[in-house]
Amino acid sequence: MRGLEQLLAEHPFFEGMRGEDLALIAGCGKNARFGAGEYLFREGEPADHFFLLRSGMVSVEVHDPARGTITVLSAGEGEVLGFSWLMPPYHWVFDARALDLTRSVVFDGACLREKCEGDPRLGYDLLKRVTGVMMRRLEAASVQLLDVYGGAAAS
Amino acid sequence: MTAPAPGSAVSEAPDAGPSDAGHAAAGAAGPMRTRVYAVRRTRRETPDVLTLELEPGVDGEVEASAPGQFNMLYAFGVGEAPISVSGDPGASGRLVHTIRSVGATTRALCGLRRGDPVGVRGPYGTSWPVAEAEGRDVLAVAGGIGLAPLRGAFARILARRDRYGRVSLLYGARSPRDVVFEEDLRRWRSRFDVEVEITVDHAVGLWRGHVGVVTPLLDYAHVDPDDCVAMLCGPEVMMRHVARDLGRRGVASDRIHVSLERNMECGVGLCGHCQLGGELVCRDGPVFRWDRAEPLLRVREL
Repeated sequence: MRGLEQLLAEHPFFEGMRGEDLALIAGCGKNARFGAGEYLFREGEPADHFFLLRSGMVSVEVHDPARGTITVLSAGEGEVLGFSWLMPPYHWVFDARALDLTRSVVFDGACLREKCEGDPRLGYDLLKRVTGVMMRRLEAASVQLLDVYGGAAAS
Repeated sequence: MTAPAPGSAVSEAPDAGPSDAGHAAAGAAGPMRTRVYAVRRTRRETPDVLTLELEPGVDGEVEASAPGQFNMLYAFGVGEAPISVSGDPGASGRLVHTIRSVGATTRALCGLRRGDPVGVRGPYGTSWPVAEAEGRDVLAVAGGIGLAPLRGAFARILARRDRYGRVSLLYGARSPRDVVFEEDLRRWRSRFDVEVEITVDHAVGLWRGHVGVVTPLLDYAHVDPDDCVAMLCGPEVMMRHVARDLGRRGVASDRIHVSLERNMECGVGLCGHCQLGGELVCRDGPVFRWDRAEPLLRVREL
């Protein structure tokens, strides 16, 4: 079985990260699996974790009493999930639910923050990676808001 | 493709630049001649999208066209709209068009029933580089009703599957209810030699697929950036994002083809309504190579 450092090194999110930094970060992580239908996190609950997805598919959802469950994003193999551990008040703002059996490395958010505070160079590297994902998601969300496809179907 | 002119607004998309069909000279009897077809069959794709199968009336056989080209469809007494061919023109013996109801003319076309007459002028424009892509990987990316102009090209590629490397189709729609050509997508997904990924902008209820824009799906298309041909058809914003992303992944801009939509009226490069810089979309497009289209799309005044 491959060690956690090896799993991290092979994941696109950590591509090119120095080995010693990977070792530090690996100290905050552990393997986890979620069955289909199982929640990784739920809106309003404390955001203690950061998820590195290795396989499977997760839907990021919001519940509206009038419309039911609305999926706003899906994430799968090679992606990461959950940024609320990074900034106060450390609470999730969406639900995240596994659609299939999902394998993940789960990091302890407080542990990651502590490593980043203690080693600003590592912190900056990690923050740049997180910001890159956030930028892509923000771009995507903006395009989604444009409703470029049009269409008559009410959602 | 982008939103078309009011009243036409379907996605049409003839083939790209210097590819298969070149500039179309529509119809042996003259490029401006309208022939009368009859509706043979209709199929409701979504609440506002209808597919029409047309067969020629007394005027004879279906005019040969290449995937990506478009016809001007005339709803009698209402108006004319440019609509791309959405079937494999060589396969059915019928003319297939898929239309979104967005204005008076397209609303009239979407209201047609079996046996009703339709005026057809065309085919016009360039086609997708189906032959040029032989020997390479193929990546088709469609958004919304933009799947219609690509459908014929994709069917043709699959009919000669052994001539191509890896073949991928990425499709984005507004919601699960807005997915068009569900039957085709289901059939293509069931094949072992094609990758098909579908995403929707948002989903309510029991949708187990991707949610989000189409660009992240590029990670699922295992085509070789150095040896693939990309064909993009959908809203212009979507095509710009996808083309940029493909460029970052190493796909050369002269192997990316996009289908543009402008206000096409005459269809033969005379009226100038569809002018885009030095190009006339009806004649020089609608399928353009990205290295040709990209500089034009950067000029907002165009």
